[in-house]
Amino acid sequence: MNNSNTAKTITNISAPFDVERFRKDFPILNEQVHGKPLVYLDNAATSQKPKQVIESLDAYYRETNSNIHRGVHTLSEQATAIYEKARGKVKEFINSDSIKEIVFVRGATEGINLVAQSFGRNMLKPGDEIIITELEHHSNIVPWQILSEQTGATLNYIPINDAGELILEEYEKLLSDKTCIVAVGHISNALGTINPIKTIIDKAHAVGAKVIVDGAQAVPHTRVDVRELDCDFYVFSGHKLFGPTGIGVLYGKEAILESMPPYQGGGDMIQTVSMEKSTYNALPYKFEAGTPHIAGVIGLGAAIDYVDQLGLEAAAQYEIELLDYADEQASQVPGLNFVGTAKNKTSILSFTLDGIHPHDIGTILDGEGVAIRAGHHCAMPVMERFNIPATARASFAFYNTRQEVDALIQAIDKCQKVFN
Amino acid sequence: MSKGIQLMFDIKDLYQEVIVDHNRSPRNFGRLENADTTLEGFNPLCGDKLTLYLKTNSGKINEIAFDGSGCAISVASASLMTDAMKGKSLDEAEILFNQFHNLVTTDDDYDAESLGKLVALAGVKDYPARVKCASLCWHTLHSALQGDNAPVKTE
Ligand SMILES: Cc1ncc(COP(=O)(O)O)c(C=O)c1O
Repeated sequence: MNNSNTAKTITNISAPFDVERFRKDFPILNEQVHGKPLVYLDNAATSQKPKQVIESLDAYYRETNSNIHRGVHTLSEQATAIYEKARGKVKEFINSDSIKEIVFVRGATEGINLVAQSFGRNMLKPGDEIIITELEHHSNIVPWQILSEQTGATLNYIPINDAGELILEEYEKLLSDKTCIVAVGHISNALGTINPIKTIIDKAHAVGAKVIVDGAQAVPHTRVDVRELDCDFYVFSGHKLFGPTGIGVLYGKEAILESMPPYQGGGDMIQTVSMEKSTYNALPYKFEAGTPHIAGVIGLGAAIDYVDQLGLEAAAQYEIELLDYADEQASQVPGLNFVGTAKNKTSILSFTLDGIHPHDIGTILDGEGVAIRAGHHCAMPVMERFNIPATARASFAFYNTRQEVDALIQAIDKCQKVFN
Repeated sequence: MSKGIQLMFDIKDLYQEVIVDHNRSPRNFGRLENADTTLEGFNPLCGDKLTLYLKTNSGKINEIAFDGSGCAISVASASLMTDAMKGKSLDEAEILFNQFHNLVTTDDDYDAESLGKLVALAGVKDYPARVKCASLCWHTLHSALQGDNAPVKTE
């Protein structure tokens, strides 16, 4: 499986990345907004879906819809089979050891909360320490704040420099034998910074801490290998990976997941239930209480197939070139300030314009058909660090083009005309 | 399917000259010393923040000012509102509040004469995400006049 992936990738890299071919897979890219062609640059919020994913959902509901793991009838067996096959695809996709390590959750947010409550709450005592970073999305901040209130553990933040990069010397100062959990984003959704997570993980392990990586922004842009990273947990959301909303993945090392109590109780997660006591199902089902988002899992499987045939490495290379082009164009716009200039970054152009509030930028760009995000991007500590209320953020996917970057720049020009 | 059904879409319907002007040079901007009422308004979604200062005397708004930061719509709205409110009785203020609310949230006819320059904000109703920006200062004023002390949030 791995070998065939590598082979595919190599052919893809040698041929130029055929963006027009892949764009045809995304029906929504033909939409018009305010009479202008849609230029979708809000991929960090959620990505668009290729027809292969849309059709997988349709086919499931038309042909196979049934509950899983509990029927002896044909449809239920078929539904169970495609559901579990998708789990296998996720396992391959992140190179995990075993399907027991792949837990389906609603999204990155639920994955982090599961780890905080099931793993953290049982382990932490007053005086223990959790380390997160100033770059995190609120979903990788608030669960740890809640946990620290529940357990009396202290929450510390790795600060960032003016470029939006983590200051690793400060991280080293925070680490000690009191550190139990390090939670860090792989790629920042607000600034696009790619964090040196391998280094962060190794240093945490050296003091005996466990590491959870929030990969929500990483999986669409980079190949993730959880074994090579040696992270203890890794979470991501399907909807940012060209799959459906409402489905995500928690990867956890088997031995750790094994040691954790269930997060929620219900059907599917038990072996036996008597009125006195229940015994729990094996991994990963212990963490999948209730009827799961079956269609979502199937759609996620289709999204992973899609990304595999696309060649994530080739797409990533294309995205880097596109971002370079966007940076170059944006740097020529008078009054435009970049927010987040990390050396190692991807797919995100966060900016402000002198004298124009990001929300006004967002509205005016929308009038030109250009969809971006304006706001704090669920990363208020980042905004505080740069002393701004908000930024305008264009975030790219492999289906975006240079012409779309040009449309963005023209729309920014229009903003300046409206206000000057 | 096409989104944004307006046939003749023009962003200038929203960002009218008056709004651009009041954003660039907001009126009644700055802290009011000796205000008898000071109230904060906050829009958590956008991070828009403003503080409203009021001096009332025998049922009348004698002086009114604001400061803070926000988008053009929220700054222009506060600027226009403070201009419009100066000298109004509390009853008149309440009437204007309701008229403004209708202006930015409904397609009902409005009284252009009593709304005056505020009519420039009518375009907001086509931008559901921006109605909160325009109404933040108004809700803050409304609470202040009702004697509420808790900071106002638009969520
Ligand atoms: C870095 C990061 N982490 C976590 C999340 C939360 O993902 P979800 O809302 O899909 O659970 C997001 C989504 O915006 C994100 O960008």
